[in-house]
Amino acid sequence: MNVLSVVLFVTFVASVLALSFYFARKAKSASGYYAAGGKIHWSVNGIAFAGDYLSAASFLGICGMIATAGYDGFLYSIGYLAGWIVALFIVAEPLKRLGKYTFTDALDANYNHRGIKLLAAISTLVVSLCYLIPQMVGAGVLVTPLLGLPHFIGVIMVGMIVITIVATAGMTSTTYVQFIKGALLIVFSTVVVIVVLFRGLSTAPDQGGQVPFRENQTIAATESEGALVLADGAYQVLRTAEAKTLRFAALLQDGRESWWQIVPGAGPGEVILHETQSVVVKYDGGTIINGAPASKDNILRQAGRLTAIDGKTGPDAATGSLNPFKFLSKIGSPDTRVEQWKNVSFTDGQDNVTVYYPVQTPGNKILRPGLKFKIEGKPVDRIDFISLMLALFLGTAALPHILIRYYTVPSAAAARKSTIVAIAAIGFFYILTLFMGLGAMTNGVINLADDNMSAPLLARSFGTFLFAMISAIAFATVLGTVSGLIIAASGAVAHDLMDRYAGIIKSDKQKVFVGKIVAFVVGIIAIILGIIFKGVNVSFLVGLAFAVAASANLPSIVMMLFWKRTTGRGITASIIVGIVSSIGLILFSPTLYSLYGKDPASAPIPLNNPGIISIPLSFAALIIFSLLTKKKTDIKAV
Amino acid sequence: MLHEPAVTTGKDLAFPFKRKLGARLFIAYALFYAGFVAINLAKPALMEKTVFMGLNLAVVYGFGLIIVALILALIYSRACLKKEREMKGADAAGRNA
Repeated sequence: MNVLSVVLFVTFVASVLALSFYFARKAKSASGYYAAGGKIHWSVNGIAFAGDYLSAASFLGICGMIATAGYDGFLYSIGYLAGWIVALFIVAEPLKRLGKYTFTDALDANYNHRGIKLLAAISTLVVSLCYLIPQMVGAGVLVTPLLGLPHFIGVIMVGMIVITIVATAGMTSTTYVQFIKGALLIVFSTVVVIVVLFRGLSTAPDQGGQVPFRENQTIAATESEGALVLADGAYQVLRTAEAKTLRFAALLQDGRESWWQIVPGAGPGEVILHETQSVVVKYDGGTIINGAPASKDNILRQAGRLTAIDGKTGPDAATGSLNPFKFLSKIGSPDTRVEQWKNVSFTDGQDNVTVYYPVQTPGNKILRPGLKFKIEGKPVDRIDFISLMLALFLGTAALPHILIRYYTVPSAAAARKSTIVAIAAIGFFYILTLFMGLGAMTNGVINLADDNMSAPLLARSFGTFLFAMISAIAFATVLGTVSGLIIAASGAVAHDLMDRYAGIIKSDKQKVFVGKIVAFVVGIIAIILGIIFKGVNVSFLVGLAFAVAASANLPSIVMMLFWKRTTGRGITASIIVGIVSSIGLILFSPTLYSLYGKDPASAPIPLNNPGIISIPLSFAALIIFSLLTKKKTDIKAV
Repeated sequence: MLHEPAVTTGKDLAFPFKRKLGARLFIAYALFYAGFVAINLAKPALMEKTVFMGLNLAVVYGFGLIIVALILALIYSRACLKKEREMKGADAAGRNA
């Protein structure tokens, strides 16, 4: 635990809480609590949009994915930003004019249909919960290196702080927390990118002299009739193992057992053993990392570097400071080699072994799509790619916690202007993610067990202050987004369900009180989910939340605005089909099968991203049910 | 409880214009975005080609999607503002006549 980190963290949390208590007096009415009284300035709202939207997924998840999968991680940045075009051109102004506190208000404004009130509120809850999971996972990820506390403590801390923020001052404090966090995130991410460019690239990254560079070892050997004979007598071969198409050998040296990858050598019978990193979970529950018991001091070594830069190796390859164009062109050169780390798991007797092994990838393959998303692979992989890009594009304008921000400004024009500020701020940040992710990839800072920490660990390679600051901001990132999500969920239950659907709320004061209770309950649920989903890439999880939002909400919003024959029943059918189909497809997807501990290949649905099926299904349901039912009221001019 | 917008905004005479313009710009951007996806699927190797300042097509197109989004947003905002002023002026002139 670092004192500066703790001081910055405590200062930030104290400031946020003080802000919440200060604004508490403004949150007495429902309008104040759920929509900040509609009095937020468009420029503040624009940055708050950025603070709301640039979640743990954007900061931790995208940087982590770029660090490990190159350009494929940047696809999320592109898709997330492109979604704002849908928000600005299609949704922003009509939604502002039609709604009051929630997305359901706008959807139901022309219909006054009980089914819409019920289902749009349920949809808000489902999407918010899907989105909450990765944020809470991100909170746990941050707290371990920042404060030296276990993952679940981080999740509980975020949950409790956010419940306090939301329960005291609702949307007003949430807005200012998001504004401060959004501004700090962009400023300090810019600082990180500047120092990354200033440091430049080398084939022997040493984290600014803090961590001596360590070359992976190789051992020459010969193999005859399955028996390995090592050139280095200090090692003894214990046994070999196969996993997928790879071969590994367990070697013993000074009483320490380690796993090495066996690859063919130049001549017949010759092989080379490459050093790997390994995690062995023993049958008795103990964990061995790189041959020694896991402990605070014995963890997987941080990894990721270039082994050749534009054809050069060794000290000659070091570039010194680079401008942004040179930085990208050096990494993207066909003559650059990036040392990436893959992993494979297998059983060794009664033990479960996960081996992390290095692979060399040409730079031109790093800076184009294809490493994670197999765009040159099977048709199903290509469809999965289209599906992801579709969900990212259409998901933003359907996220309830983003949509409710349109009610915090005084006019439709202010909603439009704040969206433009958001596009500028978010677009700039997403450009920075490419540099931060590649910085982590090439500076030996990737935590092999959890790529979500790549950006904060990159900052740590530049000193404690930047690390503490970036970690505190990342923590704030989680706070800001989770606050928005909980406000959205709170409005869905108190305003949409209990007031407008069930009619059991009798006063403004009661609606605020119920909203605070709901915030508490949703916060507790978020804590539990954050603990359960530990270790899953947060950007991937957010991608799924986008797919659910795009399937459940967007067809209704678009058709309500552009197709006069849309009916209340059509909208309810669309929401039901969107939610059920997207979540159903996700539950039976290969990635979720991996989480269940099953073989991903046995998943009944071959797609990881459901949008390409669930979004058209939702549109189709709306059209069919609208045509089958008669509209009760005419569309009001908006 | 009474359901009405939090802030009363009045009738927006420029709304049809803004809706039409928004839809057109959305389609233009969606085509640009679809082009990116299509190149990746049809000719992925093209993404490796160096096209500008040592940067490959993937990076230039990716940054382009972000920058074009902002440019279109500014164009939309300016056009909406102009139309809103025009309509406001015409409305005021109509009432004075």
